[in-house]
Amino acid sequence: MSSLAGYVDKLVLMILQDGRTIVGTLAGFDQKSNIVLSNSTERVYSLEEGVEEVPLGLYLVKGDTITLIAEIDPEKDSAIDLSSIRAEPLPAIRY
Amino acid sequence: MLIFSVFKTLTDQRVTVELKNELSITGTLKSVDQFLNIRLDNISVHDEARHPHMMAVKNCFIRGSVVRYVQIPAGGVDTQLLEDATRREAATQTKR
Repeated sequence: MSSLAGYVDKLVLMILQDGRTIVGTLAGFDQKSNIVLSNSTERVYSLEEGVEEVPLGLYLVKGDTITLIAEIDPEKDSAIDLSSIRAEPLPAIRY
Repeated sequence: MLIFSVFKTLTDQRVTVELKNELSITGTLKSVDQFLNIRLDNISVHDEARHPHMMAVKNCFIRGSVVRYVQIPAGGVDTQLLEDATRREAATQTKR
């Protein structure tokens, strides 16, 4: 059984089906992989400027909009200089 | 059910998952569920320069509905066994 229980209370990165990247602490989940994220921020990537972080707060994200959920290593993440990253925004999921 | 069983036999193998948003991730298959959601450990993203989004990430959970392909090692699956199992399953399906 592939479970999200291992990610509870961890810092996670979520990629949504429209290409958005959200970072937050996973507070809860259910069988449909609906997710509650606390202290969430959206990371907006662009080719011209560095990563922009938009604070969102407490979010419930519906499972059917999620592409992937990944556990972030907090040390590695703080070592990254977000302002120096240039990248295309992720493409949306196309069925 | 059949492909779910195939994935269960592939746990602990290195696989590459290509998603419908063109992202390609290689990792060790840790677990799979009835929706073919996939848990991968020790991941590396294929075109790291284009997708720096996951630099601080070591493992992930991928929703089954966004997977396009799962590339498995040659010989990872006994194709003869799979073909026989598929024929049996198809037979029981048409019976119903």
